[in-house]
Amino acid sequence: MTVAPVVDVGSPMLEIDGLTKRYSGLVALSNYALDLRPGSIHGVIGPNGAGKTTLFNLLSGMVRPTSGTIRLFGVDMTNSPAHDVARAGVARTFQNIRLFGDMSALDNVKVAVQQRLPIGLAQSLLSTPAFRRREHEITERARETLERLGLAAVASRPASSLPYGDQRRLEIARAVATEPKILLLDEPNAGMNPTETADLLDLIRRLRDDLDLTIILVAHDIPLVMNLCDRIQVLNYGELIADGDPAMVRNNPDVITAYLGQASHA
Amino acid sequence: MRVLQMARPTLIVLLAASAALALLQLSGLAFWQGLAINFAIFVILVQALNLASGFTGVFSLGHIGFMAIGAYTSAILTLPLATKAEYLPNLPVWLEGVHLDMTVGPVPVGFVAATLIAGALVMVIAGLVGAVLMRLSGHFVAVATLGFLVIVRVVLFNADDITRGSRTFSNVAPYTNLWWAWGWAAIAIYMAWRLKFSGYGRAMFAQKGDRWAARSIGISILRPRLVAFVAGAFLSAVAGSLYAHFITSFSPTVFYFDLTFRVITMLVVGGMGSVSGAVIGTAIVLALAEALRRIEGATLLYGLGGILLAVFFIAVIIFRPSGILGQREIDLEQLVAWRPRRGRRRGPGSATPD
Repeated sequence: MTVAPVVDVGSPMLEIDGLTKRYSGLVALSNYALDLRPGSIHGVIGPNGAGKTTLFNLLSGMVRPTSGTIRLFGVDMTNSPAHDVARAGVARTFQNIRLFGDMSALDNVKVAVQQRLPIGLAQSLLSTPAFRRREHEITERARETLERLGLAAVASRPASSLPYGDQRRLEIARAVATEPKILLLDEPNAGMNPTETADLLDLIRRLRDDLDLTIILVAHDIPLVMNLCDRIQVLNYGELIADGDPAMVRNNPDVITAYLGQASHA
Repeated sequence: MRVLQMARPTLIVLLAASAALALLQLSGLAFWQGLAINFAIFVILVQALNLASGFTGVFSLGHIGFMAIGAYTSAILTLPLATKAEYLPNLPVWLEGVHLDMTVGPVPVGFVAATLIAGALVMVIAGLVGAVLMRLSGHFVAVATLGFLVIVRVVLFNADDITRGSRTFSNVAPYTNLWWAWGWAAIAIYMAWRLKFSGYGRAMFAQKGDRWAARSIGISILRPRLVAFVAGAFLSAVAGSLYAHFITSFSPTVFYFDLTFRVITMLVVGGMGSVSGAVIGTAIVLALAEALRRIEGATLLYGLGGILLAVFFIAVIIFRPSGILGQREIDLEQLVAWRPRRGRRRGPGSATPD
């Protein structure tokens, strides 16, 4: 097993150590570690059931780990609830799209933007000038975000009525609208054709550069990850079996075995 | 200028409603006046449940309990001293001397104060109850809030010294008139409307839509639910106070399943999550109940009304489960401009397929 040495440049934005999640008998994730480099696009790949989504659920505070620590900008967030993790600057998308289906695309983003632009209950009830300014600001920022993701034209449509690709991008729009430092993308190109995937690739790079994001990406699609990521980790049955740059991971025998099965002439 | 433009349709509707109330007041038609007051009280109750359940998806069966507490609190607080000494001889000392029966000119300020105190008390209770119960979802929260309703009833029945127990509580001053009832109803509608079209409303509808997604963008599920639950409880207490001073004598049996389900029917018919829908649903069910009552009287088939009302409700559930308006709103601007077909305002929960 080859594990590449971690090259750490800059501040430790996300440090994970010994992260383990057990579901009664099943070990979904075992002894996972990460030191995330700011500004990087970090890929996590692995076959079905490797623990990728469990990892995202742990990182976003949706699920409590059995053991291990998660430190965000030096602060221990291991047992923080999801909404605190989100406020601390970690946003995510979901493998099976989770939008607020009855709400318009714009409102889906506004409800995310407003987390950074709070206003009091009394102000809201009385519709004070301060409240109306805030609402205006929230709407403007939400429109900018929709525009950035190419969704300006569908702003007023209910999220559930949008075509599949738009729904995927709306989820990303909603996530970046919380102004995160770290963006977790769970299978962002699931169900997309090669052209759409290529567009998505550009979009992810552009978001990283424009919004100063660090991205962790989980995917099935090996070419996408190889193309996009600076560093790749490979999970198999909850275990980290490889960790390094794309070229290194591509030639790792353990990875080949995990994906293609045991070679008979090995 | 912009503000004036936006406020104009609202102003027109308010003026028209006030004129209608003034006419009704002058007409001296006691029956219709009573019905209008009843309508207003139900509008407040339905709007309260709309906030607590329609906006958040948390099904509360307990808000009539808050109404009961509001009714008894306001009734006890407004009793004149002489009546109180005779009527409730065993009141706790600190309640004995309270008599919010004063008026300033034609304004019963004691009644207003008692209503607000009842509302505040109920908000505290709702805060405590909600902090625990709003962590539940689905059937669990319905059963738990139903438990609250039962507890309130048991307490009212057994706190003889304060509530007279199962005996009728009468001698309540008839302060509630058309103006108080509809004034508070307007406040209830306004509160629900403002909340819906604010960040709080968006958070409520968002966590109703998808709890995981809501948490992932920094919404704590408990907070918007608690705000809705407590605001709904306040409005229920106000409705209770208005009811007490309208009907002037009541007992704990009033505040139970019958009333709970009537309010739910009104909300579901109008559309859970729609502020204007709640008003329309209330009007329809109230009118239907009144018509059926007359048919009962004419045909002497007592009980027929209840059955037909239930059939109507079942039909709504089957053929239009999201109610008349769903989560959409009727826009006053469009209504005033008399273009009703385009008069649908998109809310945070709106789902009009284009």
